[in-house]
Amino acid sequence: MHITADRERCVGAAQCVLAAPAVFDQDEEGLVAPLTVDPAGADGPAVRQAVHLCPSSALRIDEE
Amino acid sequence: MTETLDHDIPSFPMARACPMHPPAEYRELRGREPVSRVRMPDGQVAWLVTKHELARKLLADPRVSADRLHPAFPGRLTAEQRAATERVRRLSTRRSMIHLDGAEHGAHRKILTGEFSLRRIAALRPRVQEIVDRSIDEMLAAPQPADLVEHVSQAVPSLVICELLGVPHEQRRDFHEWAGMLVSRSVSIRERAAASDALNDFLEDLVTEKERGEPTDDLIGRLIARNRQTPVMTHDEIVGTAVMLLIAGHQTTANMISLGVVALLENPEHRARIAADPSLLPPAIEEMLRYFSVVENAPARVATEDIEIGGVTIRKDEGIVVSGLAADWDDEVFDHPDRLDFERGARHHVAFGYGVHQCLGQNLARVELEVVFETLLRRVPGLSLAVPAEELPYKDDAGIYGIYRVPVNC
Ligand code: SF4
Repeated sequence: MHITADRERCVGAAQCVLAAPAVFDQDEEGLVAPLTVDPAGADGPAVRQAVHLCPSSALRIDEE
Repeated sequence: MTETLDHDIPSFPMARACPMHPPAEYRELRGREPVSRVRMPDGQVAWLVTKHELARKLLADPRVSADRLHPAFPGRLTAEQRAATERVRRLSTRRSMIHLDGAEHGAHRKILTGEFSLRRIAALRPRVQEIVDRSIDEMLAAPQPADLVEHVSQAVPSLVICELLGVPHEQRRDFHEWAGMLVSRSVSIRERAAASDALNDFLEDLVTEKERGEPTDDLIGRLIARNRQTPVMTHDEIVGTAVMLLIAGHQTTANMISLGVVALLENPEHRARIAADPSLLPPAIEEMLRYFSVVENAPARVATEDIEIGGVTIRKDEGIVVSGLAADWDDEVFDHPDRLDFERGARHHVAFGYGVHQCLGQNLARVELEVVFETLLRRVPGLSLAVPAEELPYKDDAGIYGIYRVPVNC
């Protein structure tokens, strides 16, 4: 599972951080700053929820 | 819009049969015609969206505009009300990011996002706790039954916003009073207009003062400093942003506090469980947000191109109302939506909207709700309603749903 987070699209609602705090963080500007782009398998459901909740389609996962 | 006299088009908003449930028509429309026509109070016809999936789709669609000054933007006021409240309307039409689209919206929003990061909001928590404690002290000291709305629901968000915006202590009482008058039913339109002007002038002066002096360490101060480095907003837009933050963060949270307290008091079993284990609160709050979805029709838009959705074509320049409440009661997405189920994971509700305009203050609202509910349950274990919940004065006539007064015994 590989994550792409588009900071240009991010609107800083932090839904991703709330859903998957082990994977996502926010920087000083409040924009998404992934802690890892290749999360462990166990984080999968949380990451998928984050993608579902993100209001601006800033997150994408490529399953591998 | 071409049709003129079609009497079959239902009027919006529709009436509620029960204060705790959405209008029954939502359910029927969702099954039959999830994007349907409604007549707005000013006589214009708009599209009403009642299905969760379509609501999310439309709110995330770049072909819809949030421009409130567009002639087809669905308004909730009748022509007369509009004229009478013209001055009050100034408050909500001053330019700020909630009215903007595309790149301009993005620039306005980005200059603010850092202020609302989870870390920033977490740092505010101790101050929120102090404000909540002081508000509860006042409610306990007041003659019984005391009004929860006056002492807690209105006071907490108002004081938190003062803190955030950097309103000096001496002026907070005035600020709170004006803000309260804007949402009170017991004041005349004339008084409300006066309060609105006073608030506008007040924020105008506050911004001007902060622009002149040394940068202050509060949201407006930091916004001004950041805007100096990379200019995004005019002076007027900074004032508009302050007004927007005040309005957006005030009524919404206030009404959620009132409705949430009633929900807790009416569900004694859950109340006891949450009182014993406050870690159950965050999911309960998501469920309350879903269940009440108080910003019922604020997500209004205008199509900037033809959009095919839900079996219809919304034409360019037609108005759209996306009912968050209807969407959050979609039984394809939330099983038995009429059941207030504090343990269902309801995080995907659209009570804060969806798409690029999704509420920027949502995590501040969550903290305020958590601190209020947790502290009330802990400090006032005997809290009870002084009148039956069905008899409370619900805000059937307001743009944001809620309750005017909640008499409680402490
Ligand atoms: S949920 Fe989406 S918009 Fe919100 S912070 Fe994360 S990436 Fe950004």
